[in-house]
Amino acid sequence: MEVTVRVQRYDPERDAKPHWAVYRVEVEPTDRVIDVLHKIKAEQDGSLAVRRSCLHGVCGSDALVINGRNRLACKTLVRDLGRTLTVAPLRGFRIIKDLVVDMRPFFQKYRAIMPYLVNDEPPPPHERLQSPEERARFDDTTKCILCAACTTACPVFWADSRYLGPAAIVQAHRFIFDSRDRAWRERLQLLSDDEGVWRCRKVFNCVEACPRHINVTKAIIEVQQALLTGSRGLPED
Amino acid sequence: MKGLYYGGPGQLAWLLHRVAGIGILLFLILHIVDIFLASFGPEVFNKLLFIYHSPVFKPLIAMLVFGVVYHALNGLRIIIIDFWPRMTVYQKPLWVGATAISLLVTLVSIVAMI
Repeated sequence: MEVTVRVQRYDPERDAKPHWAVYRVEVEPTDRVIDVLHKIKAEQDGSLAVRRSCLHGVCGSDALVINGRNRLACKTLVRDLGRTLTVAPLRGFRIIKDLVVDMRPFFQKYRAIMPYLVNDEPPPPHERLQSPEERARFDDTTKCILCAACTTACPVFWADSRYLGPAAIVQAHRFIFDSRDRAWRERLQLLSDDEGVWRCRKVFNCVEACPRHINVTKAIIEVQQALLTGSRGLPED
Repeated sequence: MKGLYYGGPGQLAWLLHRVAGIGILLFLILHIVDIFLASFGPEVFNKLLFIYHSPVFKPLIAMLVFGVVYHALNGLRIIIIDFWPRMTVYQKPLWVGATAISLLVTLVSIVAMI
């Protein structure tokens, strides 16, 4: 089948502002959007810039605005989109070229929430044990692949790029509710900042956009409740 | 260049909530002005009431009814979600319910106005 693909192009060295380029591509309905972009790059315009790595929905490199919604290009099939595809870079970030955006501010926020286990107690002989229930408490938020689809789908982030954003809060949730972690109070304090967890307006675009089906809003509310009560609801606290 | 972002019902719920809130605020300002005019005596006040009875204003009153009821019910939806995070999975049916009730109340008020 032939599809019409509108791709937002922007080369900061040549273009004053982004513009749309239209390509007609012969594809299979079972092709993914990333396959279509590869085909354009290989057969029609080698200057098209697109970021991808694993191509299997794990690395989170190719989140794009596809037909008006944030999706992973490697997990979105052409047959689910119809004969016209519109592909644009993620919103709220500086465009480096075409579909590639500067994600440094995103990863700065990720690093700010201390995304690692903190525990300075003497290590036990084998491992820090955790019950299945304790592990289940933060299971949902372990699935995040840091693709930024949630953060860049959030109207609060569009209006205020300083907002920490759903992805950083999801990552914080993963460690706050880990029974082995000892820095959860510190992490909560970081999230109670003006640009932190209280800026969420329950728009649910993050939940709709997440390619890993994480209930992002639920995670944000759980962090808010932990801040309000000063407890993460685990027996040992 | 950016175009519209096609978020889910949650985005529409949020947008309507904002628009309804701004609409209610604008009406409130108008309402404060008309009540203030009462201090100039009943004649001035009564003369200006024609605004609310004009055919142009009636659809706006219906929209105001929808705005107030929707803002209240969607506010309750957000409160429910905020207190019970498990309810996040029901955010769509809750929104459909809030919107349906708002439309119903608006319809009843339109019938009452006619």
